[in-house]
Amino acid sequence: MRGTLSDRMGAALLMAPLLLFLILAYAWPFLGVVKWSFTLPTPGLGQYHALLTDELVQSVFIRTLRIAAIVTVVSVTAAYAITVVWVRGSPVQRVLAEFCILVPFWISVLTRAFGWVALLSNRGLINTWLQSIGFISEPLTLVRNEFGVIVGMSHFLIPFAVFPLASAMRSLDERVLLAARGLGSSRMRTFWTVFVPMTRSGIIGSALITFVFSLGFFVTPAILGGGRSVMIAELIYLRIFQSPDWGLGAAISVVLVVFVGALMALLFRYVKPKQLV
Amino acid sequence: MPTYRPGPVSLALAVLVALFLLMPLLAVIPVSLTPSRMLAMPTGELSLRHYRSLIEDPRWLDSILLSLRIGIVSSILSTVLALTFSLGVWMFQPRFTAALVGFVLLPMVVPPVVSAVTLYFLLTSVSGLTSFFGYDTWLGVAMAHSVMTVPFATVLILVSLSQLDRRIDLAARGLGASVWERATRVIMPNIKFGIVTAALLSFVLSWEEIGVTLFITSVNAITLPRLMWMGLRDNIDPAIAALSVILIIITVLVLIARSLITRRKASA
Repeated sequence: MRGTLSDRMGAALLMAPLLLFLILAYAWPFLGVVKWSFTLPTPGLGQYHALLTDELVQSVFIRTLRIAAIVTVVSVTAAYAITVVWVRGSPVQRVLAEFCILVPFWISVLTRAFGWVALLSNRGLINTWLQSIGFISEPLTLVRNEFGVIVGMSHFLIPFAVFPLASAMRSLDERVLLAARGLGSSRMRTFWTVFVPMTRSGIIGSALITFVFSLGFFVTPAILGGGRSVMIAELIYLRIFQSPDWGLGAAISVVLVVFVGALMALLFRYVKPKQLV
Repeated sequence: MPTYRPGPVSLALAVLVALFLLMPLLAVIPVSLTPSRMLAMPTGELSLRHYRSLIEDPRWLDSILLSLRIGIVSSILSTVLALTFSLGVWMFQPRFTAALVGFVLLPMVVPPVVSAVTLYFLLTSVSGLTSFFGYDTWLGVAMAHSVMTVPFATVLILVSLSQLDRRIDLAARGLGASVWERATRVIMPNIKFGIVTAALLSFVLSWEEIGVTLFITSVNAITLPRLMWMGLRDNIDPAIAALSVILIIITVLVLIARSLITRRKASA
C-alpha cells in the first residue's frame, strides 16, 4: 500500500481522537498515581518500604494469593466439567450447557453476589432449609468469611475459565480419542491419558486468566467477605477512602499492575492470544 | 461416523456445575416475594411490595434514569472513538499498529481497581475547574465508563473489519472516492452489525459498571449499581432481589432471542 502524505494525514486524523482521549484520561492520570506512590505523604520510597514491612499489608497480600489460588483450582476444574459437555455433548446437552454458562456470564457481578447472600446468609435459603428439617439448630456461618468469598468468586469466574478450555477442546483431533477407545482403553483412562493432556494449553490459559482476574477482584470479596476477609483491591479502597493514606493505596496499585503485567507476559509466552478466544 | 461423547461420570459432574451456576440466580426469586422488610425467606404469604417500591420509591427511579443517561452517553462516546480509530487502523495500516492497539486495550487488561484509582485521580484533579465535570458528576462517570468500555468496542469493530473484503475498498478508491466517502458509504455499511454490537456492549458494560463507579461517586451521581451496592452493604433491602429478578429475566429473554436469530441465520 502506498504511504502517501495524505494517507498518513488521514490515518493520524482518524486515530488521534481515541489516542488523545486515552492519553489524557488514562495514561496521564496513571502517571499521577505513580507519582502519589513516591510523594505522599513524604517524598521517597517510604510507601514501598512500608509494603515490605507492614504486617497488615502483607497478610492481605498472602490472603489474596491464597484465595486466588484456591479459586483458580475450583473454577478451572468446574469449568472443565461443564465445557466437556458443551463441546462434545449431544445437541440438546450442548444447548443446555451453553445456557448455564452464558446466563450467569451476562448477569452483573452485583446480582450474582446478592444471589449468594440470599442463599448463604444466616436467614438465607440454605440455613432456613437446614433448620426447618431439624438438621442444625444454629445457622451455619457461610458468608462474611473466606468460604463465602471463594464460592462467590468461583461462581463469577467459571464462565471466563470456560472459553480457553472450549477452544482447546474444539481444536483437538477426535480420531485420536476414538483410536484410544478402539484399542480397548476405558473411558476413564482415555480421558486422563489422552483427552486431558491434549487440552494442556487450554488449561494453562484458563488458569492464568482466572488467577489474574482474582487478584484484582473487588466487589465479590467486599460483599461476601463482609470486611472480614479483605483482599488487595478492597485494601486499596480502604486506604483511599477510609483511612486516607493515598500514597500507600497508590503504591499497592503500582505493585499490583507490575505483578499482573509479569503474569500476562508469562501467559503470552505459553499461549498464543488466538487460543484464548 | 462415530463420535466421542462424554460418559455418565462427565455428565453427572457437569450437572453439578450447572446447578452451582444457576443456584444463586434462582435463589433471588423467593427473596423478592417476601412480605418482610428485611432479607428473609417468605413464610406463607407472598407479596409484590418490593417490585412496587422499585417504581414508587424515587431513589430507585432516579438511579435507573441516571444509569440510562450515563449508559447512552458513554456508549455513543466509546463507539465513535472506537470506530474512527479502527477505521484509521484498517484503511491505512500505519506502522506500530500492534503497539497502538495494545495501548488502546490497556483499560481492559489492567486490574479494574487500578483503573478505578487512576480515574479517581483524574476526576478529583479536574473537579476544581468546573462544577459539572469531575468527581461525583454524571458527566465524569460517563467519561470514566467510556475509558473502561472503549477497548471492548474497539475489539468488536476491529474483528468485524477483519472479515471485510479489502477489494471493495480498493475498488471505491480506484473509482476516485475520497477517504470520507470510502469510510461512510463503503466500509461502514458493511460493518453495521459490528458497530451496533459495540454500542450495545458498551451500554451494557456501563449500565452494570460498579468497580470504577464506587471510586468516583459519593452522593450525587448514584447509578443503579451504586444504589444496589449501598443497599447490599448496609441493611439488605429486598427491593434488590426484585430488581435482580427483573434483570435476570431480561438477560434470559435477550439470550434466547439472540440464539433464535443466529439459528435462523445459520439455516437460511
